[in-house]
Amino acid sequence: MSANTLSFHWGKHHRAYVDNLNKQIVGTELEAKSLEDIVIQTYNDGDLLPPFNNAAQIWNHDFFWESMKPGGGGKPSGELLKLIERDFGSFEKLCEELRAAAATQFGSGWAWLAFNPRPSDGKELVVLKTPNAVNPLVLGYTALLTIDVWEHAYYLDYQNRRPDYISIFMEKLVSWDAVSAKLEVAKAQAA
Amino acid sequence: MAFRALLTRRTLAAASGLGANGGVATSFRGLQTFSLPDLPYDYGALQPAISGEIMQLHHQKHHQAYVTNYNKALEQLHDAMSKGDAPAVVKLQSAIKFNGGGHVNHSIFWKNLAPIQAGGGEPPKGSLGWAIDNDFGSVDALVQKMNAEGAALQGSGWVWLGVDKELKKLVVETTSNQDPLVTKGPSLVPLIGIDVWEHAYYLQYKNVRPDYLKNIWKVINWKYASEVYEKECP
Repeated sequence: MSANTLSFHWGKHHRAYVDNLNKQIVGTELEAKSLEDIVIQTYNDGDLLPPFNNAAQIWNHDFFWESMKPGGGGKPSGELLKLIERDFGSFEKLCEELRAAAATQFGSGWAWLAFNPRPSDGKELVVLKTPNAVNPLVLGYTALLTIDVWEHAYYLDYQNRRPDYISIFMEKLVSWDAVSAKLEVAKAQAA
Repeated sequence: MAFRALLTRRTLAAASGLGANGGVATSFRGLQTFSLPDLPYDYGALQPAISGEIMQLHHQKHHQAYVTNYNKALEQLHDAMSKGDAPAVVKLQSAIKFNGGGHVNHSIFWKNLAPIQAGGGEPPKGSLGWAIDNDFGSVDALVQKMNAEGAALQGSGWVWLGVDKELKKLVVETTSNQDPLVTKGPSLVPLIGIDVWEHAYYLQYKNVRPDYLKNIWKVINWKYASEVYEKECP
C-alpha cells in the first residue's frame, strides 16, 4: 500500500468523514455521545439517519488502520488460531473465505472477520461482507479484522485489480496480533 | 478531426460484430451473448475533462468485466432454468442485476460523452433545451442539481437525467451500484447518466468528486440526449 494511497485515504477520505460528522452533530444530542453510540443510534435499525455514513466510516477506518501493520501477514497463533481451525477447518479455509467476501462485495463496502457472541451454530468466528458504511457493530457482532474494498482504498495502486490488492493485504499487511488482542476483549465481554 | 476519431484502438468487441445495442452475438445454443461496444472516439479524445488512462481502464477493464460476468450469469441462468432449479434461478438475480446493469449503464455512458470537436459540451437546443428551461429553469440549474445529487451519493452509483415517457416530464434521479434508471420507475428513460463510482474519476480527481462532476459537462453529448428525448416526446 503506497504512501500516496495512505496520504489520500487517511489524509483526505478519513479526515473528511471526521470533519463532516463534527459539523453534522454540533448542537445536537449526538454531540455528547461516543462514536460507537452515534453509529448504532444513526443506523436506526437499517433506516439510516444522515450522520450514519460519516460516523460509521470514521469507525470503520479507525478499525482498518488497526487491522494492518508494517511487516504484517504471516499466520495467527494461540487462541485465535485454535478458534479459526475450529470454526473454519483451517487457516487456509479462513483466508479463502475472507478473500472471496472481499472480492465479491459489489460496489463499495468492507469484508470482516467478526466475533458472534451468540452463535446459533456454535461458530463464534464469522466472515461477513457489508455495503458502503455498514459494519458488524450494527449487526450485533464484535469486529476483529477488516479490509476496505471501496475503490479509493486500492485504485491508485491496483486500479481495477481488487483481487491483487486483497492478496497483498493478506500477505503483507494484516496484523494478526491486533486480531488476537481484539478477540481477547470480545471473549471477555461475552463471558 | 473526425477522421482521427475513426482510428480508435480496436477493442475485444471488434471481431464479434456490433449491434445497435452494443454488440450481441448468438452462440451455438441459441443463447444471446453480449459484447463490449466500441467507443465512438479515442481514449484520449475527452481530455482534459477525463483522462485517456481512465477511459481505457474504464472501458477495457471495468465495462469488459461486466460484459464477461453478465454472459456467465446468463449462461448459468439458462442452465438453472432448463433444470427447473428455482433456488438457483433466484440466487443468480443479483449477479444479473450487477453485471447486466453495469453493461447497460456503461453502454449508455459512452454515448453520453463526446469530444469537444464532435459537439461535446454544446448545450441542448430544440425541444430538450426548452423542456429543461421549463422543468429546471435553465441548463445551469439542472447541472447544479445533478452535481449536488451526484456529489452526495454515498458509495457507488449513478446520477441521471431521465424522461418519464408517460408523464412527459424530465427527472433527476440517482441509483446505487449498477442499478439501471428503470429501477427507479418503469417509465423512466435515461437521457444522461454520470458514473460516480470512484473508478470513473479517482486516478485524475482523487477524492474530489465535485471537480469531476464540474468538468464532465465539457464533454457531455447533449445531441444524443436530445435524440432520445425527441423519440420519447415527439
